[in-house]
Amino acid sequence: MERKEWPLWEVFVRSRNGLDHKHCGSVHAPDAKLALQVARDVYTRRQEGVSLWVVQADHIVASDPDAKPELFDPAEDKIYRHPTFYQLPDEVNHM
Amino acid sequence: MTQQMTSPEHIEYVLRLGDNALILGQRLSEWCGHAPVLEEDMALANMSLDLIGQARMLLTHAGRLEGRGRDEDQLAFLRTEPNYRNLTLCELPNQDFARTMVRNFLYSSFQKLLWERLMTSSDAELAAIAAKSIKEARYHAQHAGDWVIRLGDGTAESHARAQGALDYLWPYTAEFFAATPVDDTVAAAGVGPAWSELETAWEALVLPVLAEATLTVPARTPFRSYGKFGRHSEHMGHLLAEMQIMQRTYPGAQW
Amino acid sequence: MYTQALDIPQQNTEAKGPRTIENPAYQAEFDAKIDAGGYIEAKDWMPESYRKTLVRQISQHAHSEIVGMLPEGNWITRAPTLKRKAILLAKVQDEGGHGLYLYAAAETLGVSRDELLDALHSGRAKYSSIFNYPTLTWADIGVVGWLVDGAAIMNQIPLCKCSYGPYARAMVRICKEESFHQRQGYDLLLTMMKGTQEQRDMVQDAVNRWWWPSIMMFGPHDKDSTHSAQSARWGIKRISNDDLRQKFVDATVEQAKVLGVTMPDPELKWNEARGHYDFGAIDWDEFWNVVNGHGQGNVDRLAARVKAWDDGAWVREAALEYARKHDARDSQAA
Repeated sequence: MERKEWPLWEVFVRSRNGLDHKHCGSVHAPDAKLALQVARDVYTRRQEGVSLWVVQADHIVASDPDAKPELFDPAEDKIYRHPTFYQLPDEVNHM
Repeated sequence: MTQQMTSPEHIEYVLRLGDNALILGQRLSEWCGHAPVLEEDMALANMSLDLIGQARMLLTHAGRLEGRGRDEDQLAFLRTEPNYRNLTLCELPNQDFARTMVRNFLYSSFQKLLWERLMTSSDAELAAIAAKSIKEARYHAQHAGDWVIRLGDGTAESHARAQGALDYLWPYTAEFFAATPVDDTVAAAGVGPAWSELETAWEALVLPVLAEATLTVPARTPFRSYGKFGRHSEHMGHLLAEMQIMQRTYPGAQW
Repeated sequence: MYTQALDIPQQNTEAKGPRTIENPAYQAEFDAKIDAGGYIEAKDWMPESYRKTLVRQISQHAHSEIVGMLPEGNWITRAPTLKRKAILLAKVQDEGGHGLYLYAAAETLGVSRDELLDALHSGRAKYSSIFNYPTLTWADIGVVGWLVDGAAIMNQIPLCKCSYGPYARAMVRICKEESFHQRQGYDLLLTMMKGTQEQRDMVQDAVNRWWWPSIMMFGPHDKDSTHSAQSARWGIKRISNDDLRQKFVDATVEQAKVLGVTMPDPELKWNEARGHYDFGAIDWDEFWNVVNGHGQGNVDRLAARVKAWDDGAWVREAALEYARKHDARDSQAA
């Protein structure tokens, strides 16, 4: 079937050096080069970024929302991974 | 202050730069709400905003150099047609997306070279404006150039439209490089280059892109346009009538 | 950035979302999430009616943004100063951006932007009817910013917390960008009010024309509103039409005093007992006439959108064709 609509790209912006790229929205563009340019024109008009990533939306592999229990619930009881699990005397509690 | 020392040629040179930005910015703003896709609507408005910003700085500067108390708006809205010194190319109607993009590419490639040279202008304010504007011109040339390639090497229709746009606009680019006494004076004073010096470098920028776009560059003809000398096309009067209407209808009002 | 009358009936846009089967276990999980004030995300199960309502609401909102570019765009080339020209162009451009964010939010529900635009262009989809009124003078640009954006902001702030994650996030970005829109309009009007009598008359005339349409933007009275209860239950409408309208009137009347203009409503007066301004009866015939296509601008606005889209078809095709050719060349080379 003939594709008439430009593909969708997800846009990630690094707001300043030292920070991660963060998803900020999407654009339609015919190819990667123009996707970057229009992402710049749409999402960095107010100095929101110093670096951009674009990824064609159908190249993103996402976890299944129905698999939440088996993927994410098992981490629930591993509370010993968190620093607050350990009660230390006040004098050394900044550890 | 050096204001009294400023030559009329220097003022005219700055005005010409300001008018280019003003008139092309005005043309590009006509696209707002009417572009082929939303993404491109945003891009065209950004380019227009860059140019209006350049026009404000340049006209303000020209007004100060002139020393007659005219501000950016008096210069933008209250001159008569022969006193505008923009390139004719800037005032031509948008027509369609192909003509708009081919024009932006031809013009911003020229601006890239010009701003680069003006960054070392003996006029410090002009050098500062150039340092800011060159970044904008680089992006405009990139974006418009990428579009010229896509239109030229796209469908049969887009190729025909891009070629038609190039055929129509190319003769107007001769005006970029036409020698003028103003340029000679300004170049001698170290304010900026004579535009005629930039032709070879400009061709080196635009010809490879036009080739990649599979477009045929028209041969040079005897056609000449004279906007930068104050003699404009028929389109200019209509553009000014629209742009100036508020200032002309309500003289002296604050907005 | 505008939303109004989000419960205006229209033909539903067909959504081909994931997992549309009705399932009691999914339903219970969904209801629990909504009741806990949680967010629904794009790939989560949702009732088909929730999806359809959102598609209609978000796309009406997106259409309103891009049609809303036209009345203000009408003055960009005639702006009286370069500063005002830049402000207005940036503002109208923002509306385009907001339309873009909203179409993207709607697309997460399984419809494409092209399908949504087709619904707009064919007249099946509605947009905010405020944009069918003409902008006749430069003062209209100020009044649209002050009253129309003001009303829109009142409508939109609660949507930043709506239950559908992609919509809520789009609204957060929109509200952030929107914050200068109303202020620039008011600032423009303040400048004109300090000017000549002719300028002040122009402002008053614009207020006279826009006041009633702007309070109609909150949609029908609660008692006549068809989808409000269900939308409130779903957390996609958090404050009722009448409450928002009252809040808008109360805030705006005070701003009008500072500006030095009067509203064209002889019944507008402070009600000490209610702690609110009373106002006259809204002419709902006028409202429905414009919604149903008989406003001054309906035909021209839609025609302008359709023309832009049709004129752009060859551009969109060219870019795709170029990409196709080069993908093919790249894969041959590989």
